[in-house]
Amino acid sequence: MEKTSEDRLRDQRDYVLRTVEERGVRLIRLWFTDVLGRHKSVAISPAELEAVLEEGLQFDGSAIDGFSRIQESDVLARPDAATFELLPWADPDEPSGTIFCDITNLDGTPFAGDPRQVLRRNVEQARAAGFEMFCAPEVEFFYFANSDTTSPPVPLDQASYFDLTTADVASDLRKQTLHMLEALSIPVEYSFHEDSPSQHEIDLQYTDALSMADSIMTLRLAVKKIAMDRGVYATFMPKPLNGVQGSGMHTHLSLFRDGANAFHDPDAEDGLSQTARAFIAGLLHHAREITAVTNQLVNSYKRINEGYEAPRYVSWARNNRSALVRVPIPKPGKVDSTRIEYRAVDPACNPYLAFSVLLAAGLRGVEEGLELGPEARVNLYDLSRVEQRELGVAGLPANLSEALDEMEESTLVRDALGDHIFEWFLRNKRAEWSEYQRQVTPFELETYLPNW
Amino acid sequence: MAGPGGGRTPDRGMGGYDRADWRGGDPAHTMDPLLVYPDPPPPELAQCLDLDGWAWKSVANPDAAMSEEPDEGWSGAIVVADTDPEGAFALCRRLRKVEMPLTPLLLLVGGGQLADLELRDDLFDDFCLTPVRPAELQARIEHLFYRTGRGTRPELVEYGPLALNLETYQAAVDGEPLDLTYMEYELLKFLAAHPGKVFTRETLLSRVWGYDYYGGARTVDVHIRRLRAKLGEEHAGLIHTVRSVGYRFGQSRWGVQASRPPGN
Repeated sequence: MEKTSEDRLRDQRDYVLRTVEERGVRLIRLWFTDVLGRHKSVAISPAELEAVLEEGLQFDGSAIDGFSRIQESDVLARPDAATFELLPWADPDEPSGTIFCDITNLDGTPFAGDPRQVLRRNVEQARAAGFEMFCAPEVEFFYFANSDTTSPPVPLDQASYFDLTTADVASDLRKQTLHMLEALSIPVEYSFHEDSPSQHEIDLQYTDALSMADSIMTLRLAVKKIAMDRGVYATFMPKPLNGVQGSGMHTHLSLFRDGANAFHDPDAEDGLSQTARAFIAGLLHHAREITAVTNQLVNSYKRINEGYEAPRYVSWARNNRSALVRVPIPKPGKVDSTRIEYRAVDPACNPYLAFSVLLAAGLRGVEEGLELGPEARVNLYDLSRVEQRELGVAGLPANLSEALDEMEESTLVRDALGDHIFEWFLRNKRAEWSEYQRQVTPFELETYLPNW
Repeated sequence: MAGPGGGRTPDRGMGGYDRADWRGGDPAHTMDPLLVYPDPPPPELAQCLDLDGWAWKSVANPDAAMSEEPDEGWSGAIVVADTDPEGAFALCRRLRKVEMPLTPLLLLVGGGQLADLELRDDLFDDFCLTPVRPAELQARIEHLFYRTGRGTRPELVEYGPLALNLETYQAAVDGEPLDLTYMEYELLKFLAAHPGKVFTRETLLSRVWGYDYYGGARTVDVHIRRLRAKLGEEHAGLIHTVRSVGYRFGQSRWGVQASRPPGN
């Protein structure tokens, strides 16, 4: 017998209520995200749970960055019961549960300042066109021995890519983290020591965009929490150390239609469908406009500008890691894994907003049937400015200010984020940039003070 | 002779899950055994019941039907009348011409016996012609016994070290609770209720997710992966990937030998 979505919602709520009761859960954390992508949590007791599942929890949104305008500040946090989990690191004597929430206005309509609702809307638009996007990010981060911001961060080790470091704190930390993630329904594909000292990477197994954005929020919390318990500081800051590569979040994307991979075409020489080519073309066409969202910090651009594994130019290629969009070649017989990799994103983004603009940009390309230009066959890192211009390769924005200029002109980003977030984000980030511009940096002191 | 529901002790040897291990069924199947006549029943009937996960017990005569009756009563009956119509109808009368008639009752008759059904409408709820076509028999059983699960006891699905309490939505492995999301629980419940059966991703999507899903078969793979992680390394193998078909929970019921993992 088919279940209606009403039946399903009721079942999900029953499941949560019953589990809370049976497992003696003492506290339920309602999770949501502010516009900048910071994790917010409100705890309620089991006694309040049933009413909150039915009606939502009312709170003053003006306290949350990017949420309410003053005059209409109350909003509702409505738990998405499908996301209920027991928190694996809770005290066993005091079990805790977590639920991601959608934020609505008091009349139940989606609240425009809620990033999760924004992604939901974009995902639903894609579904209306018959598409479901799957995401698989590779999340990089650093472990440091100190969290004190007055001195430079101290790496835990000096190991490098794939190094198997014995008896090192970090690999133990990573192992613990993986267990926690699996316990939180976040399957990990790979995890390893990255290039830089104390840098690590966790690759997640693909899932739908909304679940993946939730997973990234949980992952960032889990990584930090487990590190903190062992006196270590974990950071997703894109570029914490001079002279070594920063942390990215290369994101693999695929589009499915009627259960089949819409990026795959068995008749195409390279296996890439027209849909895939147009999707890539859309990403490239709008890349400069969406960069403020995928790379939202002043610091994000220090990673992009320095190269390493980060893309600097708007380009695509099959097996060229300097390109912005890379098309990994699927293993023979694994056509369902046909996908593209967008390499600009960094792990300090708001994943709901980042996936929203990636999806919107790619789909715009598909809707408009954009033609994909030739792939970049040269190592773009070696290009001079002149060669770049001759090849017609645009660079990604050089800094946050330039990225905001691009975003401000973009109807695509405005449509994808909605007016509320679009405008708030620009205001907030302009303020961040101007604050940064007024700073006298250590670089200036070291370079200029002795000479002038 | 008893079917899988006949209370055999689970055998947890060798890391594989022997088919003697499974005792449950989905909600409709979690109940006292079905009465089956005669003893032994035709092999194709026994196989059909086993394949679909029904607990059953065969009896040789009306007296045995009374003496062997489980504490909670029979949950229904399947009476084969084509070889011994006299005995079969006698049994039907004993089961139905009483204060609390046993329902549902499925009668299996030969093509030449249709006339025998006249004036005996009160003795059975449905009938099926022999020789049976397994798919038809299965469909009739499924339909007839659809709502006979007795909702008064906590409904349990058990398989080897795994137990699901359908009333409290709780699952446990070796007595340790599993922390599952709603969809993970629903998927595990469905699989564990149909041990040994291979399901395509499409079937799982329509049976477990209903219409309310997106992304097609990939969604199933994602959840299977999560479920295996939560079952832990030791028990992840309860869910088998059947290459280019789909997934199977537990050991294959038929041809167990062939599907044993290497080394067993």
